[in-house]
Amino acid sequence: MNAGTPIVAAEALTKRFAESVAVDGLTFSVDRGEIFGLVGPDGAGKTTTMRMLAGVLPPDAGSIVVDSVDVVADPEGAKQHISYMPQRFGLYEDLTVDENIRFYADLFEVPSALREERATRLLAASGMSQFRARLAGQLSGGMKQKLGLTCALVHTPQVLLLDEPTTGVDPVSRRDFWRILYGLREEGVTILISTAYLDEAERCNRLALLYGGRVLYCDTPVALKRHMPGALIVITSSAGRDARAAIARLAGVSNVVLVGDGVHAVVDDSRLRIPELRQALEGVNVPFANIAVGEPSIEDVFMALLDDPEAPR
Amino acid sequence: MFERIIAIIIKEFIELRRDNSARFRLIVPTILQMLLFGYAATYEVYHVSTAVLDLDHSQESRELLSHFTASNRFDVVEEARSQRDITAAIDRSDAAVALVIHAGFAELLRKGRSAPLQVIVDGTNSNTALIALGYVNAIAANFAKDYATDLAQRISGTAGARQVQVVLEQRPWFNPDLNGRWFFVPGLIGTLTLVIVVNLTAFAIVREREVGTLEQIMVSPIRPVEFILGKTVPFFVIGLFQVALIVAVGTLWFQVPFAGNPLVLVLGSVLFLLSTLALGLLISTLCSTQQQAFSLNFFILNPFFILSGFSFPISSMPQVLQWLTYVNPLRYYLVVIRGTFLKGVGLGVLWPELAAMAAIALILLATSILRFRKSLE
Repeated sequence: MNAGTPIVAAEALTKRFAESVAVDGLTFSVDRGEIFGLVGPDGAGKTTTMRMLAGVLPPDAGSIVVDSVDVVADPEGAKQHISYMPQRFGLYEDLTVDENIRFYADLFEVPSALREERATRLLAASGMSQFRARLAGQLSGGMKQKLGLTCALVHTPQVLLLDEPTTGVDPVSRRDFWRILYGLREEGVTILISTAYLDEAERCNRLALLYGGRVLYCDTPVALKRHMPGALIVITSSAGRDARAAIARLAGVSNVVLVGDGVHAVVDDSRLRIPELRQALEGVNVPFANIAVGEPSIEDVFMALLDDPEAPR
Repeated sequence: MFERIIAIIIKEFIELRRDNSARFRLIVPTILQMLLFGYAATYEVYHVSTAVLDLDHSQESRELLSHFTASNRFDVVEEARSQRDITAAIDRSDAAVALVIHAGFAELLRKGRSAPLQVIVDGTNSNTALIALGYVNAIAANFAKDYATDLAQRISGTAGARQVQVVLEQRPWFNPDLNGRWFFVPGLIGTLTLVIVVNLTAFAIVREREVGTLEQIMVSPIRPVEFILGKTVPFFVIGLFQVALIVAVGTLWFQVPFAGNPLVLVLGSVLFLLSTLALGLLISTLCSTQQQAFSLNFFILNPFFILSGFSFPISSMPQVLQWLTYVNPLRYYLVVIRGTFLKGVGLGVLWPELAAMAAIALILLATSILRFRKSLE
């Protein structure tokens, strides 16, 4: 229980479905009180990993320990420590907000004395206090997710597993949702969140980049950016398409993508390539305002890593 | 443990209360079906349209035909003049039965010989045809008996009337008027609860799987058995309510007598409901969407009706199908229902049926619970 041992430890986790390998020797650990992100595109194995951690899907190989409980050997015992919120939280749409909470509180045998206090606090935190008598089916998508979170938290778990909780949720609700998660972290809840939104990954303390059922990298967002092979070049231009066409095939340039106000490109060596890029653009008369090294986002890092033959696979 | 079971039961009833159409679905179709079966489903045949052709024009031929006209089983719609008229009437479906009395009918009778009555029946509806033929036979036999007695009397005075005769005295037990309604209405307890309980149970669980609440429940510390109990108890209650509703409508509205011990019927109903709950649970493990459950229910429930003795006698089925009926809980339940309603027999007679239902319920429940646990993985 000391701070040194990770609260979640997955080792060499493997799961096969028929012909395909969904999770392939996954190893990572999560420290107590951090928000840990499992980040990757659809099909990277995020949901499968989450379900194995939650004890609803037995792994083919590997071990999982959550809060000193061996999840593979004793999935039932782990359930008191864990709360798992699947991609689509199972709310009863014909039950009210209150009735949903009460139902999940009953399932976890939360004493009725504690229940009301917790429900009140959780609903207040998510700004849903005035909707307690509303049917869950009549809530907006973002509110449904918040209610799901409230139901998942009503038994105050040590570890919260969230599987793509913000997929399909509007940006404002997403921000609310993250605010709630930060609040929970303050209370000492460890949060494991999976997401396909790479901008969300930056909000995590640490994250594992998942691809094809394997961890590409596992580190803090800042450290991950240092793994960026080469540098991100930001070209501000009113003629993004022309700019992209002009530089896409140059040596040492990869991942040229259109952005709102120009083009992003990854180059192997910024000092060497910036003059070349400038020359190429001027050579075909593409107007551009600025060309400089930019701060890469996790998305840029991820895309660059996928293209990098030297990245671990 | 009980807290969790009760939580699910409460949730289930709240959902049921919110679902306005559910109350409608539970009560209206049941009553409607009862009215349909009570009034429309009858094997008895009345007012069969009949064409007659009398080529004899004798007192005897008119006498015989008047027996038919007097009966409410037959309505003489056409007095034909030729064989061709008769054929046409049957072809056009104007008449379902045609009676032809050929010339010389009375002469044969007066000589004490048998005289033929030609009967043509439209066999398209084999069931009605068969029953109508039975009535024709009965009326003709009646006429023959009267005529024979009469003839004997005329020939040799009153002494001649004392011929040796076998007189059939029909006295059907348990249903003296052979009222079809008495047969069908109690049977509905079995068929209607089977459909309602299997459907409700299968849909309720498949819906949780489809919406994703099942997975949510399974990550809680609840045990599958607790979930199954919490999920099925409400439908058990609903099933008992259905039984009570049908018994009430059957005895109060249709005046079907209840001769036996109500407790025996309750015991039989409990065992039968357990089988239907298990069947619903089993179907739910085979389906991941409500659409699939719908078609599977349809596919499974039909053979249950046909092989139950609800409307078709089991003893007339091919041997292989008869064997199949032994695994059908509805078969036994119908025996219990009709036994308690009409015959008034008790445990002493019905225990084999009750034991068979208990065994089926036990096997179905065990299988469905095991399968359900597996389907969660």
